[in-house]
Amino acid sequence: MFPVAVMLVLVIALAGCAQSAPTTPAPPSPKPPVTTPAPTTTPTPALPTTPAPAPPTPKPSPTPTNPSELSGTITEAGSTTVQPVAESIAAAFMSKYPGVKVVIQGGGSGVGVKSAAEGTVDIGAASRELTPEEATKVTPHVLAKDGIAIVAHKSQTVSNLTKAQVADIFTGKITKWSQIGGPDKTIHVIAREEGSGTRAAFEEMVLPKGAVITSNAILQPSNGALRTAVAGDPDAIGFLSFGYLDDTVKAFSIDGIPATVENAKKGTYPIVRPLLFLTKGEPKGIVKEFINFCLGPAGQEIVAKDYIPVN
Amino acid sequence: MSRYLKDRLATYFVFACASMSFLILLAIAIFIFKGGFPAFYEIGFFDFLFGTTWRPNQGTYGILTMIVGSLAVTAGSLILAVPLGISCAILLAEVAPYKVRQVLRPCIELLVGIPSVVYGLVGLILLVPAIRKIGGNGFSVLGASIVLMAMVLPTIISISEDAIRAVPSSYKEGALALGATHWQTIRQVLLPVARSGIGASIVLGMGRAVGETMAMIMVIGNSITFPKSPLDAARTLTGNIAVEINYASGIHESALFATGIVLFFFILFLNSVAVVVLKRGTYDQRIT
Repeated sequence: MFPVAVMLVLVIALAGCAQSAPTTPAPPSPKPPVTTPAPTTTPTPALPTTPAPAPPTPKPSPTPTNPSELSGTITEAGSTTVQPVAESIAAAFMSKYPGVKVVIQGGGSGVGVKSAAEGTVDIGAASRELTPEEATKVTPHVLAKDGIAIVAHKSQTVSNLTKAQVADIFTGKITKWSQIGGPDKTIHVIAREEGSGTRAAFEEMVLPKGAVITSNAILQPSNGALRTAVAGDPDAIGFLSFGYLDDTVKAFSIDGIPATVENAKKGTYPIVRPLLFLTKGEPKGIVKEFINFCLGPAGQEIVAKDYIPVN
Repeated sequence: MSRYLKDRLATYFVFACASMSFLILLAIAIFIFKGGFPAFYEIGFFDFLFGTTWRPNQGTYGILTMIVGSLAVTAGSLILAVPLGISCAILLAEVAPYKVRQVLRPCIELLVGIPSVVYGLVGLILLVPAIRKIGGNGFSVLGASIVLMAMVLPTIISISEDAIRAVPSSYKEGALALGATHWQTIRQVLLPVARSGIGASIVLGMGRAVGETMAMIMVIGNSITFPKSPLDAARTLTGNIAVEINYASGIHESALFATGIVLFFFILFLNSVAVVVLKRGTYDQRIT
């Protein structure tokens, strides 16, 4: 009985292969079929629910000033760093305008840019700067700013690093603390996994173009896990969103500037990334109302709980 | 008549329930194959399986380092767990007095019930700093192997014990009657006869080791490199999926599904081996 089941599974598995084999080669080279096979990737169910033509959303209410008249649905997707703050603002927005439904989804900064450019969502979210190419397709609205701190164990004697030193440490050129004025010990580089917006922002702002984080780096799947790992290892170095800084780790001054929210606000702290809302063209109707709400006092107050408000 | 009908209905009912588990397996298989196929098509089967670089941001997807990582951790955990597990099984089946067994058995069974994240947490708090003192940064194949050992032990112990107990008592009595000591009987009669059951216990433990995820992420470091020593960090196939799925989209996501397909065949292979080993045992008993 048991081997029979195993055989069956094998047969089915192979059948599955054979079945999908002819379907995929059908659209061969013209366009990569990766993202196109509609039902293949499930985690973005919002895409089908929003009908293909994106523009209709703003139409029903062309910038009404009376709050009670606002109605419709706004969809947002993208950066998971932006997601929690967007959810809080959306909740506040919806309680002010009961006729409006705001749907917030994750997916990562890449998804945010892509779906905003394609018009599958009303608003995309990204937790990094746009590339020049991306900037031609979508309009960014800076929601907040977030500093990235370079952190080490509390007992670390080194307390200032230059941006170039940070880059050399994370690319594996500097491997000993003694090379930067510390004890004669190996530096344990701890980073985030590929795909993390914090990692992307760090690589973009700190590392030279094209350089990548050393493959010897320990990778932790979240800001919290990274902080725990750094807090427990006297020789570790890592990077954290400002929102996660606490007294279990020590944040380096970069180029002599301490990693504080004030310095990030002033613009003197060098590793600051924007949290962006992206729209295709200028926002209209309720989407415009929502973005104005986010950038207004009510929205910025929510932003200020975790990040650096812009207004 | 109505009794007959009831009987039939009950049969259909249990049959339907039993089919569910098969249907679930089928659904999972279809799901991961559908999700992973674009990656195989786009990246190429061999480039994916034997590529040594995994950099989704640059569009390079090779999982060889993770295959090696999974194998290293599994091998490490078995090297630690097999001698321990079999010794413990011998103790429980043959040596220990009744009272000791009454205490030990539930303890070992309780090990199965501990959530894997708790194993990971203990590993992270206790093992990682301890290993850091030996060398490296603490996140290592060694630590992961020790954590996995604890997770695999109950499987090996309980199945091996059952196998040793299943040896007909006439074999043991015969050996003792011929003047063999208790230890000689265990070593030369009981263990050889029970070896297929013991083998199956090891293979099943291996299956658990390959599939373990959460505890691995917490102690192994998740670096995408070949571990050169037990003190080096590595990444497992399961960890690769769990660490990156949150942010993955498009081909990256598909590559993670494809990692799942590789795991699927790993486990399928191991289970088939277990079935074969167990089956062969029934003949072996007569020959030995």
